Amino acid sequence: MQRENQEGDGGMMILFKILAGLALLIFASLLSLLYEGIDRIFHARMQSRLGPPLFQPFYDVLKLLGKENIVPRRAVPWAFNGAPWVAAATALMIVLYVPMGSLQPILGGHGDLILILYLLGLSAVAMAVGGFSSGSIYSNVGAQREMVLMMSYELPLAVVIASLAWFAYRSGMPGDPFSLETYVGMSVWSVAGWTGSFGILGLLIALLAVVPAETGKVPMDIAEAKTEILEGLISEYSGRNLAMFKLAFSIRTLAMCAVVVSLFFPWSLGRLLGFQGVFFFVADFLFFWIKVLVVQVLGVTIIRTTFGRFKIWQASRLYWYQVGGLSLAGMVLLSLDVIL
Amino acid sequence: MAIGTGKTYKVPIGPVHVGLKEPITAWLDVDGERIINATIRPGAIHRGIEFMARERNPIQVIYLAERICGICSFAHIECFVRAVEDAAGISVPKRAQYIRTIVLELERVHSHILWAGVACYTFGYDSAFHLGMILREKVMDVLEALTGNRVNYGTGTIGGVRRDITPKVEKVIRDMINFYKNEFELFYNVATDDPVTLARMRNVGVLSSEDAVKYCAVGPTARGSGHRIDLRWSQPYEAYGDLDIMPVVPQDHTGEVYGDVYDRFLVRVLEVYQSLEIIEKCLDGLPEGELMWEPNLPKLLNYLKKAEGTGISSIEAPRGDDTHVVRLTGAEENVTWWKVRAPTYANAVSWPLMFKDNELADAPLVINSVDPCISCMERMLVTERKTGSKQIVTKKELLNRCREKTRKVMGA
Repeated sequence: MQRENQEGDGGMMILFKILAGLALLIFASLLSLLYEGIDRIFHARMQSRLGPPLFQPFYDVLKLLGKENIVPRRAVPWAFNGAPWVAAATALMIVLYVPMGSLQPILGGHGDLILILYLLGLSAVAMAVGGFSSGSIYSNVGAQREMVLMMSYELPLAVVIASLAWFAYRSGMPGDPFSLETYVGMSVWSVAGWTGSFGILGLLIALLAVVPAETGKVPMDIAEAKTEILEGLISEYSGRNLAMFKLAFSIRTLAMCAVVVSLFFPWSLGRLLGFQGVFFFVADFLFFWIKVLVVQVLGVTIIRTTFGRFKIWQASRLYWYQVGGLSLAGMVLLSLDVIL
Repeated sequence: MAIGTGKTYKVPIGPVHVGLKEPITAWLDVDGERIINATIRPGAIHRGIEFMARERNPIQVIYLAERICGICSFAHIECFVRAVEDAAGISVPKRAQYIRTIVLELERVHSHILWAGVACYTFGYDSAFHLGMILREKVMDVLEALTGNRVNYGTGTIGGVRRDITPKVEKVIRDMINFYKNEFELFYNVATDDPVTLARMRNVGVLSSEDAVKYCAVGPTARGSGHRIDLRWSQPYEAYGDLDIMPVVPQDHTGEVYGDVYDRFLVRVLEVYQSLEIIEKCLDGLPEGELMWEPNLPKLLNYLKKAEGTGISSIEAPRGDDTHVVRLTGAEENVTWWKVRAPTYANAVSWPLMFKDNELADAPLVINSVDPCISCMERMLVTERKTGSKQIVTKKELLNRCREKTRKVMGA
């Protein structure tokens, strides 16, 4: 099903894209909930608990969809009701820009890494807007924390993306340096020398450190801290709106892990086994999602089982100094690799 | 909520809050995330237990006293029966004193492990919380083997105890001591070596050494501020006089006193080891003899009816000094009056001090750090996942199942 890049047959092409996009969005939503179920079971087993059923996140979302939607008296209704939809929609849009295995992204060529960063940011901002417009003091505190957290992790995130793009450009990797397809087509590890590999490792760790904050999981669930500010951001949400927020959180986790996989672990299973035709795409497609699951378990589940929650200034300091420093070190090492 | 503008906002923590286990309200004046001032508003769960006691005789009040608190139930009845014994001039047999000491220390182990787990939960460290709950099950089983119950033991009575430590139970207790000596270190390491735990507890909720005296802090809260305050040491009762106990203070282990939540955490965790030692010594030196001053209940009640006087007793409960005062009037069957002063009364006064200049994120942890009293209720529904059947367990069936399990843990 390789997408054709020709401009002819425009109408058919757009129709095909819309249908494929819709299918992909539904698939990604369901998969993100399934992965959350796996994450919860892993989390529980590591704590010697039985854990919820695998499909618990589905039950939660379905149940919430059928529940009454309560808007607090002091809330700003349009912002309060709109925020969850914007958060979920922007998170879903990321999926359209991520290449899955050897399949080209549906909207490939129309956006790049910078756009993905902005979509992630917009989704977080939408959540903060929802919190601010809730009219509750706890949501307000949660929204402030979300904004502070965003400002903290944007630095390492931007450094990671910019360094990789610069490296791809200077080392002559084929394709647009800001496009995800470039990194999927050719592994960055294969281009880099010894110093460069250490640099990429630093960037990978920095990016993994950002994942818990992007996805709102312990130790960076500061904006949704249950025992401190009663779920903060989402404390006033109920019913359909809350279901949308839950979905947005799951999809953000999935999208973030997919970006990590695309950037750093693009290896193709189909090429390794020498598959041809449809098998090649199917094998790569499945292998891609397995890789995403592994990243999610290592980067989210194990981290959230191992640590407690930071305070907001501690998290800020961590991202500005330690993680920021690590990403800058990675940048320097990559530059050395190119210059030498 | 701009920071540094000097304008403050009021944020209520409680009366019902995820981080709290008991209804109490803390009104915080916050500037950004910083707490400028705090007002504590208790009074949401007053039950009038002392008033109810005036229509009951001393034996009946024991069961009322047991239900003051869900965790330190034995500490409260111990304190109450000691006050009555003081008022009526009853002497307790030596063996009963030792058994009381053992139950008191078992309860302390149970209370401190529970607290340590909940403290970790308060800052989102769920894994340590679950580990603590798993470890705590062992002491709960031992309490059940000894007394037949997990929470309200019904073990103490005026002039003695109602349950003996049989060789079987002694073995169960010794097994528990060995279990904790091997396994509790894991929790200790998980909690004290973790960088996030240190970051969340160090220099949070500081109660300085002077303030602890000025505001009459008691128990682990005072000891966390570096004071050697422990009634088991300064005013020994029951078997504690025969034992060599030193109050646990942080300076003995870290060399410094911060008076923060971490120090209170450390004191409690180390006291678990101390309690295990005390239980071991008590078992080794358990004297033979009677269990009760007067096993015949009508005779005892008759004696108590004639008794006249005021009795006072203070003991070191897991949370600090517990004080009961009882007035008995001659020729009157019921307790004339009874006054309970739980340790949280004393410790709650220092909350506003601990809150000052901390952050909103620390508020529930600060409240929990003095280990306020908790009470809880439970309902039960048995579901079979495979068949999907749901069945409500009747009281009778529940009772039978409880007995079955008790027999199992007792090894009978």
